[in-house]
Parts: sequence; C-alpha cells; structure tokens
Amino acid sequence: MNALTYFLQRATALLLAPFVLVHLGLIIYAVRGGLSAGEILARTRGSAGWAVFYGLFVVLVAIHAAIGLRTIADEWTPLTGRRLDLVSAVAGVGLLWLGLRAVIAVTAV
Amino acid sequence: MNLHMLQVELWRGDATGVYRAYDVPSQTNQTVLDIVTWVQRHIDSTLAYRFACRVGMCGSCAMTVNGRPRWTCRTHVAKVVDNGQLRIGPLENLPVIRDLVTDMSNFFDKWQRAGGRFESTRTRRDPIATLSPARPERRAADGAIECINCGVCYAACDVVRWRPKYLGPAALNRAWAAYNDTRASNRRSILSAVTGDAGCHSCHTQQSCFEHCPVDLNPAAAIAGLKRASLFTWLTGRSPR
Amino acid sequence: MHRVSGLALIGFLPFHFWTLGLALNQETALNAFLGWTEAPLVKLSETLLVVLLGVHLAGGLRVLAIEFLPWGTHQKTLIGVTGAVAFVVGLLFLLNAY
Repeated sequence: MNALTYFLQRATALLLAPFVLVHLGLIIYAVRGGLSAGEILARTRGSAGWAVFYGLFVVLVAIHAAIGLRTIADEWTPLTGRRLDLVSAVAGVGLLWLGLRAVIAVTAV
Repeated sequence: MNLHMLQVELWRGDATGVYRAYDVPSQTNQTVLDIVTWVQRHIDSTLAYRFACRVGMCGSCAMTVNGRPRWTCRTHVAKVVDNGQLRIGPLENLPVIRDLVTDMSNFFDKWQRAGGRFESTRTRRDPIATLSPARPERRAADGAIECINCGVCYAACDVVRWRPKYLGPAALNRAWAAYNDTRASNRRSILSAVTGDAGCHSCHTQQSCFEHCPVDLNPAAAIAGLKRASLFTWLTGRSPR
Repeated sequence: MHRVSGLALIGFLPFHFWTLGLALNQETALNAFLGWTEAPLVKLSETLLVVLLGVHLAGGLRVLAIEFLPWGTHQKTLIGVTGAVAFVVGLLFLLNAY
C-alpha cells in the first residue's frame, strides 16, 4: 500500500459507515412481514433520491473492496505487480458494473 | 524434596529440525530460561540458546513459548505450562541458525532502513537546543524510546509473517521516536523511509506488537502516528520541517 | 475476523447486485426469488451476512479510531464494543425476519 491507496481505503471506509448503517436499518425495517418485489420496487422506482444514495454506495463499495482485495491477495497469494493490480481492477470494475446496473434496475422508470 | 519432573519440548536443529522431549526437574519459582539452562548443563551441552542478563533487562532471551514470543527469563513456568506441556522454540519470523538461536540480521537491517536515527541541525558551536518535556512531540518520543530491540514484537506480528519486506513494528516504532525529535534535520526523510512499499501503511492495526511487548511499548500506536503524519504531509504538501 | 468478513462480503455482493438487476426485465423472476428467500436456510445465511457486515463495519470503525483519534489504549474495550454491536445488528435482523 502507498499513501494514495491507504488514503482511499480509509476515506471510503469512513464515508461508507453511514451508508451501511442506513442500509442495515432499511433492511431490518423492510423485512418485516415478508418481502416482495412489488413492495421494494414501489418504493424505489422513479426515485432520484434512492438512485443517488445507492449509486454512491456502489461506487464507494467498489473502490473499498478492490483495494481490500488487493491487500489480501498481496499477502496471501503469490501474485505480484501487474497481475495483482489486474485482479484488483477486475473486482472493482465488476462490482461497479453489476452494482450500477442493479441501481438502474430498481430506480429507473 | 519432592522431585516432580516436567516434560518439555525444545526445538533442535535448523529450519528442518524437530522438537525433542526432555525431562526436567520441576521447581517452584522456575523460569523458562532456567529450564533451557538446565537441559544444556545436565542433558545436552550442544543445545544452542541466547541469554545475557537473566533479569529482564536486555531482551536477549526471547523465544517462542507455547506459541507466543516471550522473554524466557521473565516467564514463570507455572504461568505458561499448558496441561503439563511446555514447548519452546526459536523466535518466529526469523531464520533459525540452530536450536533456539535465530539470525537477527533482517531485523536489524530493517531497523536501519526505517531511518530512525538522529541527524542534527546544529554543531558544537551552536547553543544547546531547548526542549520542553511537556510538548506533544517529546511525549510521543518518550513513549516510544525504550525499545531494546528484543524482537518479540517482530515475532508476534502477522504482517511480518505475510509480507517479508515489511519493516516491522520495532523499526517503525523507532522511526516514530526519531521523527518526534523536533531538533532533527531528517524528519522528512524518515517519512519517506517509512512510507515506501511495505512501510507503515502495511500495518493492519492488529496490535499483537502492543500485546506482547515486554516493556509495554505500543508500536501500533507509533505506526498509527506515522500513518497520520505521512497522510497529512501528503495531503497538504507541507513538510514537517 | 475483519478480513474474513470482508472476503465473504465480496463473495456475496455480485450475487446481490445480480438479483436486484433482475428487476430490470424479469419482475416475476424476482418475485419467485423472493419467495425462495422465505426458506429458513436462506434466512439463516442472510442473518449471517448481516452479522458479517456488522462485524466488518465495527472492526473498521475500530481501526479508524485507533489510527486517527487520540484515544489511548482502549483497544480491549473497543473489541468488546464492536463485537456487541455486530451481535445486536444480527439479532435485530433475525427478529424482524421472522
């Protein structure tokens, strides 16, 4: 890790904390009395607010998870250098793609 | 006299060695170092081990006792014996020379590489620098300065184990102490030395170093200090000196 | 613990994102999936995931506190607190899911 990755990791962590708390609270509230697609989508469709919230959430998570994965791979596998960066980038981009797609899926009209 | 015997296992050989069992008379108030010494004197004089002061001041007798790095002269057998078992090995994360003796060159190389040394801005012709003991930098340096390079924190650190180039808690702790010497001219270069690859940012704050230090130092806190110092220097572009 | 929970979360997330993506075109599939999630085994693994997230969050806050706040050697208290928080979160989820 260098100063940049360290900073990004800690910064995304700090920013993610409130997002996670809100998300956890949300799940716990929403799960009461069962869950259905209709219920969820009724709340999220067409909502710019949720789009922004979860869009940002996804971006932060993608960065945070990619850097975390890189450190673990560096310490626990024989990967080094470019291959390591590649693994990390693939994970980050993958999460970003799938995540933003999901956000669009539930908030677009 | 009640001659109760204790079976202990000692590491014999180099990295390819084995644990061998020995029967040692058990005494009250016996330390692990007493045990090792007894084996060498009465059973096998070829046993290799290090010690010096025997009274918990020099740090030479550090070994792995039932899985944890400790000063053997300060470790009472009664406190660590686990179900009648006592297993003593060389310090971890260092190459084994023979039996209980390790090669500490890596440890000392990293100590140097972390840059924790004092370089002055003054000559003998200048007036003496005045330092207030109450200033936060001096307090930080005082808190970290008592390290005697025993290697226990280094042996306890998971990151040292997983990342061979990691400078390690002791070296970084000394760098932090040196960094906080406000008289020094090399504060910026200390930061460079500790923020390279496998520097202070590799620490995961697991705090094994803090838990195991026999003189109650806190390398993890020192490393956190280095992380903060390097982060703010990097963000603001301002040098500490 | 922090590391393991992080890894588990990374494993879970793609799946989570993908199922939500089903809402794009296949709302009935999503409903069917959600029906499936009523199964007890699934509920249990969901609880596990919530706990993991709680643990990871708590551990992360602990690291941030040690690194950036002028707290002393409170790490033992921190560990206790973080563990408790994670546990409570999991419990809340469990209670609400049934």
